[in-house]
Amino acid sequence: MPTDLWSQFDAAPLALTLRVALVATALALVLGVALGWVSARTKLPGRGLLEAICMLPLVLPPTVLGYGILVLMGRRSVLGGWLREHFDYTIIFNWHGAVIASTLVALPLVLKGASSAFAQVDRNLEAAARTLRQSGWSTFLRVTLPLAWPGILAGTLLAFARAMGEFGASLMVAGSIPGQTQTASMAIYDAVQAGRDDLALMLALVVSAVSVAILLLSNRFLQRTPS
Amino acid sequence: MKRLLLLLAALPLLASAQQLTVSAAASLTDAFKEIGPRFEAAKPGAKLRFNFAASGVLLQQIAQGAPVDVFASADQETMNRSADQQLIAVGTRRDFASNTLVLVTPPDSPVKRVADLALPTVKRIAVGKVASVPVGRYTQQALEAAQLGSAVSPKLVFADNVRQVLDYVARGEVEAGFVYRTDAEVAKDKLRVVAAVGGHMPITYPAAVVAGSRQAALARDFVAFLGGAEAQGILAKYGFGKP
Repeated sequence: MPTDLWSQFDAAPLALTLRVALVATALALVLGVALGWVSARTKLPGRGLLEAICMLPLVLPPTVLGYGILVLMGRRSVLGGWLREHFDYTIIFNWHGAVIASTLVALPLVLKGASSAFAQVDRNLEAAARTLRQSGWSTFLRVTLPLAWPGILAGTLLAFARAMGEFGASLMVAGSIPGQTQTASMAIYDAVQAGRDDLALMLALVVSAVSVAILLLSNRFLQRTPS
Repeated sequence: MKRLLLLLAALPLLASAQQLTVSAAASLTDAFKEIGPRFEAAKPGAKLRFNFAASGVLLQQIAQGAPVDVFASADQETMNRSADQQLIAVGTRRDFASNTLVLVTPPDSPVKRVADLALPTVKRIAVGKVASVPVGRYTQQALEAAQLGSAVSPKLVFADNVRQVLDYVARGEVEAGFVYRTDAEVAKDKLRVVAAVGGHMPITYPAAVVAGSRQAALARDFVAFLGGAEAQGILAKYGFGKP
Protein backbone atom coordinates (compact mmCIF):
# COMPACT_ATOMS: atom_id res chain seq x y z
CA MET A 1 0.00 0.00 0.00
CA PRO A 2 1.41 3.42 -0.90
CA THR A 3 2.82 5.32 2.05
CA ASP A 4 1.01 8.58 1.23
CA LEU A 5 -2.25 6.74 1.87
CA TRP A 6 -1.16 6.02 5.42
CA SER A 7 -0.41 9.69 5.97
CA GLN A 8 -3.98 10.48 4.90
CA PHE A 9 -5.39 7.85 7.19
CA ASP A 10 -7.76 9.35 9.70
CA ALA A 11 -8.49 7.36 12.85
CA ALA A 12 -11.38 9.64 13.91
CA PRO A 13 -14.15 7.70 12.10
CA LEU A 14 -12.95 4.45 13.64
CA ALA A 15 -12.72 5.94 17.13
CA LEU A 16 -16.20 7.39 16.75
CA THR A 17 -17.57 4.03 15.55
CA LEU A 18 -16.20 2.33 18.68
CA ARG A 19 -17.54 5.09 20.93
CA VAL A 20 -21.02 4.98 19.36
CA ALA A 21 -21.10 1.16 19.48
CA LEU A 22 -19.98 1.02 23.13
CA VAL A 23 -22.50 3.59 24.37
CA ALA A 24 -25.29 2.08 22.26
CA THR A 25 -24.51 -1.44 23.53
CA ALA A 26 -24.50 -0.28 27.15
CA LEU A 27 -27.90 1.37 26.69
CA ALA A 28 -29.26 -1.66 24.81
CA LEU A 29 -27.96 -3.95 27.59
CA VAL A 30 -29.81 -2.11 30.36
CA LEU A 31 -33.01 -1.71 28.35
CA GLY A 32 -32.82 -5.20 26.87
CA VAL A 33 -32.35 -6.97 30.24
CA ALA A 34 -35.23 -5.00 31.78
CA LEU A 35 -37.55 -5.63 28.83
CA GLY A 36 -36.41 -9.26 28.52
CA TRP A 37 -37.29 -9.85 32.16
CA VAL A 38 -40.68 -8.18 31.75
CA SER A 39 -41.37 -10.29 28.69
CA ALA A 40 -40.22 -13.63 30.21
CA ARG A 41 -41.32 -13.26 33.79
CA THR A 42 -44.29 -10.98 34.14
CA LYS A 43 -47.89 -11.05 33.04
CA LEU A 44 -47.91 -7.33 32.25
CA PRO A 45 -50.76 -6.58 29.87
CA GLY A 46 -49.49 -5.50 26.46
CA ARG A 47 -46.04 -7.01 26.98
CA GLY A 48 -46.34 -8.96 23.72
CA LEU A 49 -47.02 -5.77 21.81
CA LEU A 50 -44.19 -3.97 23.62
CA GLU A 51 -41.76 -6.72 22.68
CA ALA A 52 -42.97 -6.70 19.07
CA ILE A 53 -42.41 -2.94 18.84
CA CYS A 54 -38.92 -3.25 20.33
CA MET A 55 -38.10 -6.01 17.83
CA LEU A 56 -39.21 -3.88 14.86
CA PRO A 57 -35.77 -2.34 14.07
CA LEU A 58 -34.55 -5.88 13.35
CA VAL A 59 -36.90 -6.20 10.38
CA LEU A 60 -37.51 -2.60 9.31
CA PRO A 61 -35.33 -1.05 6.62
CA PRO A 62 -32.81 1.38 8.18
CA THR A 63 -34.41 4.19 6.16
CA VAL A 64 -37.71 3.72 7.99
CA LEU A 65 -35.90 3.85 11.32
CA GLY A 66 -33.98 6.97 10.28
CA TYR A 67 -37.12 8.64 9.01
CA GLY A 68 -38.94 7.75 12.22
CA ILE A 69 -36.21 9.28 14.38
CA LEU A 70 -36.20 12.43 12.20
CA VAL A 71 -39.97 12.79 12.53
CA LEU A 72 -40.16 11.98 16.25
CA MET A 73 -37.01 13.75 17.44
CA GLY A 74 -36.20 16.33 14.73
CA ARG A 75 -36.30 20.05 15.42
CA ARG A 76 -39.87 20.39 14.24
CA SER A 77 -41.11 17.54 16.45
CA VAL A 78 -42.61 18.11 19.91
CA LEU A 79 -39.70 16.43 21.71
CA GLY A 80 -37.01 17.94 19.46
CA GLY A 81 -38.52 21.42 19.72
CA TRP A 82 -38.71 21.18 23.52
CA LEU A 83 -35.10 20.00 23.85
CA ARG A 84 -33.93 22.78 21.56
CA GLU A 85 -35.88 25.50 23.34
CA HIS A 86 -34.91 24.54 26.89
CA PHE A 87 -31.46 23.05 26.49
CA ASP A 88 -30.32 24.31 23.08
CA TYR A 89 -29.79 20.64 22.29
CA THR A 90 -30.56 18.66 19.17
CA ILE A 91 -29.82 15.03 18.37
CA ILE A 92 -29.85 15.70 14.62
CA PHE A 93 -26.33 16.10 13.18
CA ASN A 94 -24.97 15.12 16.56
CA TRP A 95 -23.21 11.81 17.30
CA HIS A 96 -25.90 11.16 19.93
CA GLY A 97 -28.26 10.65 17.00
CA ALA A 98 -26.06 7.80 15.80
CA VAL A 99 -26.13 6.36 19.33
CA ILE A 100 -29.94 6.39 19.35
CA ALA A 101 -30.12 4.70 15.95
CA SER A 102 -27.52 2.09 16.97
CA THR A 103 -29.24 1.44 20.31
CA LEU A 104 -32.54 0.79 18.56
CA VAL A 105 -31.00 -1.73 16.14
CA ALA A 106 -28.97 -3.40 18.93
CA LEU A 107 -31.85 -3.66 21.42
CA PRO A 108 -33.71 -6.59 19.76
CA LEU A 109 -30.60 -8.77 19.98
CA VAL A 110 -30.11 -8.17 23.72
CA LEU A 111 -33.85 -8.42 24.36
CA LYS A 112 -34.22 -11.82 22.64
CA GLY A 113 -31.09 -13.18 24.31
CA ALA A 114 -32.19 -11.97 27.73
CA SER A 115 -35.81 -13.09 27.53
CA SER A 116 -34.95 -16.64 26.48
CA ALA A 117 -32.17 -16.77 29.10
CA PHE A 118 -34.56 -15.67 31.85
CA ALA A 119 -37.16 -18.17 30.65
CA GLN A 120 -34.63 -21.02 31.04
CA VAL A 121 -33.55 -20.20 34.58
CA ASP A 122 -34.72 -22.90 37.00
CA ARG A 123 -37.50 -21.33 39.07
CA ASN A 124 -36.80 -23.80 41.94
CA LEU A 125 -33.40 -22.18 42.53
CA GLU A 126 -35.10 -18.81 42.88
CA ALA A 127 -37.65 -20.29 45.25
CA ALA A 128 -34.82 -21.79 47.30
CA ALA A 129 -33.18 -18.40 47.56
CA ARG A 130 -36.45 -16.91 48.77
CA THR A 131 -36.71 -19.58 51.51
CA LEU A 132 -33.20 -18.48 52.60
CA ARG A 133 -34.71 -15.04 53.22
CA GLN A 134 -33.23 -13.34 50.18
CA SER A 135 -35.28 -10.36 49.00
CA GLY A 136 -36.72 -10.33 45.46
CA TRP A 137 -34.01 -7.91 44.26
CA SER A 138 -31.24 -9.88 45.95
CA THR A 139 -32.53 -13.11 44.39
CA PHE A 140 -32.49 -11.45 40.99
CA LEU A 141 -28.92 -10.17 41.39
CA ARG A 142 -27.43 -13.26 43.07
CA VAL A 143 -29.34 -16.11 41.45
CA THR A 144 -31.35 -15.18 38.34
CA LEU A 145 -28.90 -12.81 36.68
CA PRO A 146 -25.78 -15.04 37.11
CA LEU A 147 -27.71 -18.02 35.69
CA ALA A 148 -29.04 -16.02 32.75
CA TRP A 149 -25.75 -14.19 32.14
CA PRO A 150 -24.26 -16.35 29.32
CA GLY A 151 -27.40 -15.90 27.21
CA ILE A 152 -27.49 -12.18 27.89
CA LEU A 153 -23.79 -11.81 27.10
CA ALA A 154 -24.15 -13.67 23.80
CA GLY A 155 -26.96 -11.32 22.79
CA THR A 156 -24.91 -8.31 23.90
CA LEU A 157 -21.91 -9.30 21.79
CA LEU A 158 -24.13 -9.65 18.74
CA ALA A 159 -25.65 -6.28 19.61
CA PHE A 160 -22.21 -4.69 19.73
CA ALA A 161 -21.31 -6.14 16.36
CA ARG A 162 -24.61 -4.88 14.92
CA ALA A 163 -24.08 -1.41 16.43
CA MET A 164 -20.58 -1.23 14.89
CA GLY A 165 -22.08 -1.83 11.46
CA GLU A 166 -25.02 0.60 11.74
CA PHE A 167 -25.10 2.88 8.74
CA GLY A 168 -28.36 3.92 7.08
CA ALA A 169 -30.35 5.31 9.99
CA SER A 170 -27.26 6.96 11.52
CA LEU A 171 -26.47 8.65 8.21
CA MET A 172 -29.99 10.08 8.00
CA VAL A 173 -30.06 11.28 11.59
CA ALA A 174 -26.48 12.25 12.39
CA GLY A 175 -25.26 13.14 8.91
CA SER A 176 -21.75 12.53 7.71
CA ILE A 177 -19.73 15.35 9.28
CA PRO A 178 -16.00 14.57 9.22
CA GLY A 179 -14.53 14.63 12.73
CA GLN A 180 -17.95 14.96 14.38
CA THR A 181 -20.48 12.38 13.24
CA GLN A 182 -18.71 10.51 10.46
CA THR A 183 -18.42 6.88 11.52
CA ALA A 184 -16.20 4.33 9.75
CA SER A 185 -19.10 3.01 7.64
CA MET A 186 -19.92 6.56 6.49
CA ALA A 187 -16.27 7.32 5.74
CA ILE A 188 -16.16 4.21 3.53
CA TYR A 189 -19.39 5.25 1.80
CA ASP A 190 -18.01 8.76 1.13
CA ALA A 191 -14.74 7.37 -0.19
CA VAL A 192 -16.58 5.06 -2.62
CA GLN A 193 -18.82 7.91 -3.80
CA ALA A 194 -15.80 10.11 -4.40
CA GLY A 195 -14.07 7.35 -6.36
CA ARG A 196 -11.36 6.94 -3.70
CA ASP A 197 -11.27 3.18 -3.94
CA ASP A 198 -7.83 3.00 -2.33
CA LEU A 199 -9.03 4.85 0.78
CA ALA A 200 -12.27 2.84 0.89
CA LEU A 201 -10.37 -0.44 0.68
CA MET A 202 -7.95 0.54 3.41
CA LEU A 203 -10.73 1.67 5.75
CA ALA A 204 -12.67 -1.52 5.01
CA LEU A 205 -9.62 -3.64 5.84
CA VAL A 206 -8.98 -1.77 9.09
CA VAL A 207 -12.64 -2.06 10.15
CA SER A 208 -12.63 -5.78 9.33
CA ALA A 209 -9.41 -6.32 11.30
CA VAL A 210 -10.77 -4.44 14.33
CA SER A 211 -14.05 -6.39 14.16
CA VAL A 212 -12.27 -9.76 13.99
CA ALA A 213 -10.09 -8.74 16.94
CA ILE A 214 -13.14 -7.81 18.99
CA LEU A 215 -14.93 -11.06 18.13
CA LEU A 216 -11.85 -13.14 19.02
CA LEU A 217 -11.45 -11.31 22.31
CA SER A 218 -15.11 -11.71 23.18
CA ASN A 219 -15.01 -15.43 22.32
CA ARG A 220 -12.15 -15.93 24.77
CA PHE A 221 -14.05 -13.93 27.35
CA LEU A 222 -17.16 -16.03 26.80
CA GLN A 223 -15.26 -19.31 27.22
CA ARG A 224 -13.87 -18.15 30.56
CA THR A 225 -17.29 -17.26 31.88
CA PRO A 226 -18.63 -20.19 33.94
CA SER A 227 -22.12 -21.08 32.79
CA MET B 1 -54.81 -15.28 -17.30
CA LYS B 2 -53.21 -16.73 -20.40
CA ARG B 3 -53.03 -13.32 -21.98
CA LEU B 4 -51.44 -11.93 -18.84
CA LEU B 5 -48.79 -14.63 -18.85
CA LEU B 6 -48.08 -13.90 -22.49
CA LEU B 7 -47.71 -10.23 -21.65
CA LEU B 8 -45.36 -11.02 -18.79
CA ALA B 9 -43.28 -13.25 -21.03
CA ALA B 10 -43.05 -10.46 -23.60
CA LEU B 11 -42.00 -7.83 -21.06
CA PRO B 12 -38.27 -8.57 -21.09
CA LEU B 13 -38.32 -8.42 -24.89
CA LEU B 14 -40.00 -5.03 -24.84
CA ALA B 15 -37.60 -3.86 -22.20
CA SER B 16 -34.50 -4.81 -24.09
CA ALA B 17 -35.71 -3.63 -27.49
CA GLN B 18 -35.45 0.14 -27.20
CA GLN B 19 -34.73 0.83 -23.58
CA LEU B 20 -32.53 3.79 -22.82
CA THR B 21 -31.00 4.25 -19.38
CA VAL B 22 -30.28 7.87 -18.52
CA SER B 23 -28.13 8.70 -15.48
CA ALA B 24 -28.93 12.29 -14.59
CA ALA B 25 -27.88 14.76 -11.88
CA ALA B 26 -30.35 14.88 -8.97
CA SER B 27 -31.22 18.50 -9.74
CA LEU B 28 -32.66 17.38 -13.09
CA THR B 29 -35.17 15.01 -11.46
CA ASP B 30 -38.41 16.92 -12.05
CA ALA B 31 -37.59 18.36 -15.47
CA PHE B 32 -36.38 14.99 -16.83
CA LYS B 33 -39.43 13.16 -15.51
CA GLU B 34 -41.49 15.48 -17.69
CA ILE B 35 -39.14 15.38 -20.67
CA GLY B 36 -39.11 11.55 -20.62
CA PRO B 37 -42.69 10.94 -21.83
CA ARG B 38 -42.29 13.62 -24.54
CA PHE B 39 -39.22 11.85 -25.89
CA GLU B 40 -41.02 8.50 -25.78
CA ALA B 41 -43.91 10.06 -27.71
CA ALA B 42 -41.51 11.45 -30.30
CA LYS B 43 -39.72 8.08 -30.68
CA PRO B 44 -42.32 5.30 -30.71
CA GLY B 45 -40.95 2.13 -29.13
CA ALA B 46 -38.36 3.95 -27.07
CA LYS B 47 -38.55 3.46 -23.31
CA LEU B 48 -36.62 5.71 -20.95
CA ARG B 49 -35.33 4.67 -17.57
CA PHE B 50 -33.91 7.35 -15.27
CA ASN B 51 -31.30 7.00 -12.57
CA PHE B 52 -31.00 10.16 -10.47
CA ALA B 53 -28.13 10.79 -8.03
CA ALA B 54 -25.25 13.16 -7.42
CA SER B 55 -23.16 13.53 -10.59
CA GLY B 56 -20.03 12.17 -8.87
CA VAL B 57 -21.93 9.05 -7.77
CA LEU B 58 -23.27 8.52 -11.30
CA LEU B 59 -19.73 8.81 -12.66
CA GLN B 60 -18.54 6.12 -10.24
CA GLN B 61 -21.40 3.82 -11.28
CA ILE B 62 -20.52 4.26 -14.96
CA ALA B 63 -16.82 3.74 -14.21
CA GLN B 64 -17.74 0.45 -12.48
CA GLY B 65 -19.57 -0.70 -15.61
CA ALA B 66 -23.19 0.20 -14.93
CA PRO B 67 -25.26 -0.28 -18.14
CA VAL B 68 -25.97 3.40 -18.82
CA ASP B 69 -26.63 5.02 -22.22
CA VAL B 70 -26.74 8.74 -21.48
CA PHE B 71 -24.98 10.68 -18.73
CA ALA B 72 -26.20 14.17 -17.78
CA SER B 73 -24.01 15.90 -15.20
CA ALA B 74 -24.57 19.08 -13.18
CA ASP B 75 -21.06 20.33 -13.80
CA GLN B 76 -18.31 20.32 -16.39
CA GLU B 77 -15.71 18.91 -14.00
CA THR B 78 -17.46 15.57 -13.51
CA MET B 79 -17.99 15.28 -17.27
CA ASN B 80 -14.31 16.16 -17.83
CA ARG B 81 -13.37 13.33 -15.50
CA SER B 82 -15.58 10.88 -17.41
CA ALA B 83 -13.99 12.06 -20.67
CA ASP B 84 -10.50 11.58 -19.15
CA GLN B 85 -11.45 8.02 -18.22
CA GLN B 86 -12.86 7.50 -21.74
CA LEU B 87 -16.29 6.69 -20.34
CA ILE B 88 -18.19 8.87 -22.82
CA ALA B 89 -18.29 8.61 -26.62
CA VAL B 90 -16.09 11.20 -28.31
CA GLY B 91 -17.94 14.08 -29.92
CA THR B 92 -21.32 13.43 -28.27
CA ARG B 93 -20.97 15.90 -25.40
CA ARG B 94 -23.33 18.84 -25.44
CA ASP B 95 -24.36 21.54 -22.92
CA PHE B 96 -28.14 21.79 -22.58
CA ALA B 97 -28.93 23.90 -19.50
CA SER B 98 -27.57 26.27 -16.88
CA ASN B 99 -28.49 27.04 -13.30
CA THR B 100 -27.96 29.46 -10.41
CA LEU B 101 -26.66 28.75 -6.90
CA VAL B 102 -28.93 30.14 -4.18
CA LEU B 103 -28.82 30.36 -0.40
CA VAL B 104 -32.03 28.97 1.12
CA THR B 105 -33.25 28.90 4.71
CA PRO B 106 -36.27 27.66 6.65
CA PRO B 107 -38.82 30.50 7.14
CA ASP B 108 -37.76 31.08 10.77
CA SER B 109 -33.99 31.21 10.20
CA PRO B 110 -31.86 34.16 11.42
CA VAL B 111 -29.98 34.18 8.10
CA LYS B 112 -30.87 37.21 5.95
CA ARG B 113 -27.77 37.36 3.76
CA VAL B 114 -24.69 35.26 3.01
CA ALA B 115 -22.52 37.04 5.60
CA ASP B 116 -25.01 36.01 8.34
CA LEU B 117 -23.76 32.43 8.03
CA ALA B 118 -20.91 33.44 10.36
CA LEU B 119 -23.40 34.37 13.14
CA PRO B 120 -23.13 32.22 16.28
CA THR B 121 -26.90 31.52 16.13
CA VAL B 122 -26.28 29.65 12.87
CA LYS B 123 -25.34 26.15 14.01
CA ARG B 124 -25.68 24.01 10.91
CA ILE B 125 -25.45 24.70 7.17
CA ALA B 126 -26.27 21.97 4.66
CA VAL B 127 -24.07 21.66 1.57
CA GLY B 128 -23.36 18.91 -0.96
CA LYS B 129 -20.34 16.66 -0.41
CA VAL B 130 -17.45 18.48 -2.06
CA ALA B 131 -15.83 15.39 -3.57
CA SER B 132 -18.89 13.89 -5.28
CA VAL B 133 -21.71 16.46 -5.44
CA PRO B 134 -21.31 19.37 -7.89
CA VAL B 135 -23.45 21.78 -5.84
CA GLY B 136 -21.04 21.16 -2.95
CA ARG B 137 -18.12 22.17 -5.14
CA TYR B 138 -19.87 25.34 -6.35
CA THR B 139 -20.75 26.14 -2.72
CA GLN B 140 -17.16 25.72 -1.60
CA GLN B 141 -15.99 28.09 -4.34
CA ALA B 142 -18.66 30.64 -3.39
CA LEU B 143 -17.84 30.48 0.33
CA GLU B 144 -14.15 30.93 -0.36
CA ALA B 145 -14.90 33.89 -2.64
CA ALA B 146 -16.97 35.43 0.18
CA GLN B 147 -14.06 34.72 2.57
CA LEU B 148 -16.36 32.72 4.83
CA GLY B 149 -14.57 29.39 4.38
CA SER B 150 -12.95 29.12 7.81
CA ALA B 151 -15.83 30.77 9.71
CA VAL B 152 -18.47 28.33 8.47
CA SER B 153 -16.53 25.11 7.92
CA PRO B 154 -17.26 23.67 11.42
CA LYS B 155 -21.00 24.19 10.74
CA LEU B 156 -21.18 22.31 7.45
CA VAL B 157 -23.30 19.18 7.11
CA PHE B 158 -22.47 17.27 3.94
CA ALA B 159 -25.37 15.79 1.99
CA ASP B 160 -25.38 12.98 -0.59
CA ASN B 161 -27.00 15.11 -3.28
CA VAL B 162 -28.70 18.46 -3.77
CA ARG B 163 -32.14 17.07 -2.97
CA GLN B 164 -30.94 15.99 0.47
CA VAL B 165 -29.69 19.53 1.15
CA LEU B 166 -33.15 20.73 0.17
CA ASP B 167 -34.78 18.21 2.52
CA TYR B 168 -32.63 19.23 5.50
CA VAL B 169 -33.58 22.90 4.95
CA ALA B 170 -37.28 22.14 4.34
CA ARG B 171 -37.42 20.12 7.59
CA GLY B 172 -35.76 22.96 9.50
CA GLU B 173 -32.89 20.74 10.68
CA VAL B 174 -30.36 23.34 9.50
CA GLU B 175 -30.41 27.15 9.53
CA ALA B 176 -29.36 27.41 5.89
CA GLY B 177 -28.32 25.46 2.82
CA PHE B 178 -26.98 25.95 -0.69
CA VAL B 179 -29.01 24.53 -3.59
CA TYR B 180 -29.79 25.38 -7.20
CA ARG B 181 -32.56 27.86 -7.94
CA THR B 182 -34.50 25.08 -9.67
CA ASP B 183 -34.48 22.94 -6.50
CA ALA B 184 -35.56 25.86 -4.35
CA GLU B 185 -38.47 26.30 -6.77
CA VAL B 186 -39.65 22.72 -6.11
CA ALA B 187 -39.97 23.31 -2.35
CA LYS B 188 -40.74 27.03 -2.35
CA ASP B 189 -43.64 26.76 0.11
CA LYS B 190 -41.35 25.31 2.80
CA LEU B 191 -38.34 27.59 2.50
CA ARG B 192 -37.11 31.06 1.72
CA VAL B 193 -34.65 31.97 -1.03
CA VAL B 194 -32.31 34.50 0.59
CA ALA B 195 -29.96 35.35 -2.25
CA ALA B 196 -28.43 34.19 -5.49
CA VAL B 197 -24.79 33.45 -4.76
CA GLY B 198 -21.87 34.21 -7.07
CA GLY B 199 -18.14 33.59 -6.90
CA HIS B 200 -18.21 30.09 -8.39
CA MET B 201 -17.63 28.51 -11.80
CA PRO B 202 -20.57 28.91 -14.22
CA ILE B 203 -23.13 26.15 -13.59
CA THR B 204 -23.74 24.43 -16.92
CA TYR B 205 -25.14 20.96 -17.54
CA PRO B 206 -23.47 18.75 -20.15
CA ALA B 207 -24.95 15.50 -21.49
CA ALA B 208 -23.11 12.82 -23.44
CA VAL B 209 -23.57 9.31 -24.82
CA VAL B 210 -21.83 6.74 -22.65
CA ALA B 211 -19.09 4.79 -24.42
CA GLY B 212 -20.23 1.22 -24.98
CA SER B 213 -23.94 2.10 -25.00
CA ARG B 214 -25.94 -0.58 -26.80
CA GLN B 215 -28.42 2.05 -27.93
CA ALA B 216 -25.90 4.61 -29.16
CA ALA B 217 -28.12 5.98 -31.95
CA LEU B 218 -31.12 6.43 -29.66
CA ALA B 219 -28.83 7.86 -26.96
CA ARG B 220 -27.58 10.45 -29.45
CA ASP B 221 -31.20 11.25 -30.30
CA PHE B 222 -31.95 11.87 -26.63
CA VAL B 223 -28.97 14.22 -26.21
CA ALA B 224 -30.13 16.12 -29.31
CA PHE B 225 -33.70 16.14 -27.99
CA LEU B 226 -32.49 17.93 -24.83
CA GLY B 227 -31.34 20.83 -27.00
CA GLY B 228 -34.64 20.97 -28.94
CA ALA B 229 -37.43 23.49 -28.38
CA GLU B 230 -39.74 21.08 -26.55
CA ALA B 231 -37.20 19.98 -23.92
CA GLN B 232 -35.81 23.50 -23.58
CA GLY B 233 -39.35 24.75 -22.88
CA ILE B 234 -39.75 22.21 -20.05
CA LEU B 235 -36.31 23.02 -18.62
CA ALA B 236 -37.17 26.75 -18.69
CA LYS B 237 -40.45 26.01 -16.91
CA TYR B 238 -38.47 24.45 -14.03
CA GLY B 239 -36.18 27.50 -13.88
CA PHE B 240 -33.16 26.26 -15.85
CA GLY B 241 -31.37 28.77 -18.04
CA LYS B 242 -30.08 28.37 -21.57
CA PRO B 243 -26.64 26.68 -21.72
